[in-house]
Amino acid sequence: MNQLALDHPDASTVFNKDEARVDWHDETLWFVRTKRDRAVQQIPEWEQLREAASQIKNHVLSNLHDLLIDFEARAIANGITVHWATDAAEHNALIHRIITEAGATQLVKSKSMLTEECHLNEYLTQNGIDVIDSDLGERIVQMRGEPPSHIVLPAIHLKKSDVGDTFHKHLGTEKGATDPQYLTEAARQHLRETFLSRKVALTGVNFAIAETGGFVVCTNEGNADMGVHLADVHIASMGFEKIIPRTEHLGVFLRLLARSATGQPITTFSSHFHKPQPGKQIHLVIVDNGRSRQLGRPDFRNSLKCIRCAACLNTCPVYRRSGGHSYHSAIAGPIGSILAPNLDMRQNADLPFASTLCGSCSNVCPVKIDIHEQLYKWRQVLMQEGYGPTAKTVAMRTMATVLESPRLYRLAGRVGRGTLRFAPVLAENSLNPWYQQREMPAPPAQSFRDWYINQPKP
Amino acid sequence: MTARETILANIKANQPDLQPLPTQIRFQTMYPDLAKQFADTLAFVGGLAVFVDDYAAIDAYIQEHYAGVTGIATTLPELAHLADFDLDITDPHDLAHLNLAIIDGQLAVAENAAIWVDERQLPHRVLPMITQYLAIVVRQSTLVANMHDAYDRLTVNETGFGTFISGPSKTADIEQSLVIGAHGARGLTVFMLE
Repeated sequence: MNQLALDHPDASTVFNKDEARVDWHDETLWFVRTKRDRAVQQIPEWEQLREAASQIKNHVLSNLHDLLIDFEARAIANGITVHWATDAAEHNALIHRIITEAGATQLVKSKSMLTEECHLNEYLTQNGIDVIDSDLGERIVQMRGEPPSHIVLPAIHLKKSDVGDTFHKHLGTEKGATDPQYLTEAARQHLRETFLSRKVALTGVNFAIAETGGFVVCTNEGNADMGVHLADVHIASMGFEKIIPRTEHLGVFLRLLARSATGQPITTFSSHFHKPQPGKQIHLVIVDNGRSRQLGRPDFRNSLKCIRCAACLNTCPVYRRSGGHSYHSAIAGPIGSILAPNLDMRQNADLPFASTLCGSCSNVCPVKIDIHEQLYKWRQVLMQEGYGPTAKTVAMRTMATVLESPRLYRLAGRVGRGTLRFAPVLAENSLNPWYQQREMPAPPAQSFRDWYINQPKP
Repeated sequence: MTARETILANIKANQPDLQPLPTQIRFQTMYPDLAKQFADTLAFVGGLAVFVDDYAAIDAYIQEHYAGVTGIATTLPELAHLADFDLDITDPHDLAHLNLAIIDGQLAVAENAAIWVDERQLPHRVLPMITQYLAIVVRQSTLVANMHDAYDRLTVNETGFGTFISGPSKTADIEQSLVIGAHGARGLTVFMLE
């Protein structure tokens, strides 16, 4: 892993320099959250649906071993080739091999957060494979050389003028064009050409059904279907936690997924794959990449219930005001912040602190992951394991010493009040993080203790 | 150990004690009028429902709204005379210039305007996505209220591929502005056959 250029607070500071843009980002995501609310209110049994989904996923996590074996056997019987990869490196090498064996040098992809997590695009590009992301938002950020900033809305951090500039440069659209209809049409033409000429297509997996050995891929654009049906080889990458026991469970999850994500009643396409077309191939890659380790952490295993709807991102006051890229992780926002430390504690030690612990994420989560509680628990683990930021560690230790001693506590209070009254510059300067964007409080003349002692005794 | 053995061994060692599956996973939805709910939801997701009594009405609608359009294909024998494109091809890339595909829907869901089609309706899997415009004929008797009812009626692995289609393809990836016609069909008309 490379050393981080900027951690979350520093990257957020940069993001917050353009206040108007931060406000716009905040309001845009809140708009998606309100669409979610309207969609949810149409389902009177919403809370029971969440509970059902949560319990199905609890069962899945407790029965993964057998479910995966059942799924594999049925998938193979269906004619699907099943592969297993313990980590990102194995996953990437496997996919490269499948592409090479198909005699191809080009790949068209629909959205897959797993391949982002594994940095597949970089790997394939370094190995001479031309990769094109076909989801519009992903294509936009790919052209700009950026990662997605949101798991459902990859280009949510960009304005239409940014997209116009990008398309002008890469697709030759008119300079200064900002009409979304016009820009989308340009991308449609460009990607149609791509779909029609690729021999290998890759998709993610939303749900894999143990009972039937098939899997479901959901998109609004139809890009997953356009890619795979026109290719000779379909590669599907899935984290092993995507498994569900039975087809009837899809009824629960497909009612929850799109309503939670974008406020739609369902995605435009919910495609169920069971067998390859005659003469064609489906390769399914089942990936661990740290998931079995997370499964062994009782406090954090629930994070594996996630169905990647992004409701927790849209509702998060910190995400909305700091932007997805500040999280320097394939999955941003609250859910990303509880998944990332499992992958690399040192690199991602800042992320569980990127929260106010307000709990809104847990309230909207369609599978009832206790996200804010896990954020809090990760903080304990990270500080205990020595991954806390030095300034915070020292400050906390000092505070503990002061709070442990009544004499020191009284002294500190007196010094603090005196400082604010007589030498405010000592607190009101740029070195004090509390002073940034805040006024320091007016100091009281005396402490509560002094006041209490001076009260007339009954 | 192979990757498979390693992963399965790690899962076995780390997975918690068996938790039961929930007993309530199906819920009933009551709509006063399934067809109206379907049509309203379809409009919400960018499609158009057209209520018709028979194939002659579908025929008349298409003659009127797609006058002069070429590159029309259909899987419905009742509408075969409207088609100038034969779906009896081997390479699905040949569908690239299709302007209108008229296909049969197997089942329709009122709560989300999703229509199930599988390889019994689709001679080519890419047909409903690659066509510029899509029309689906749905018998009102196949309407169900919600997704639980839909999966109850369906056998998802009856064929190798099946999909729920709800509205035309769309994207809001550019500043949350909804654009109909991302990569798949630019428009969806659903004929609701009595």
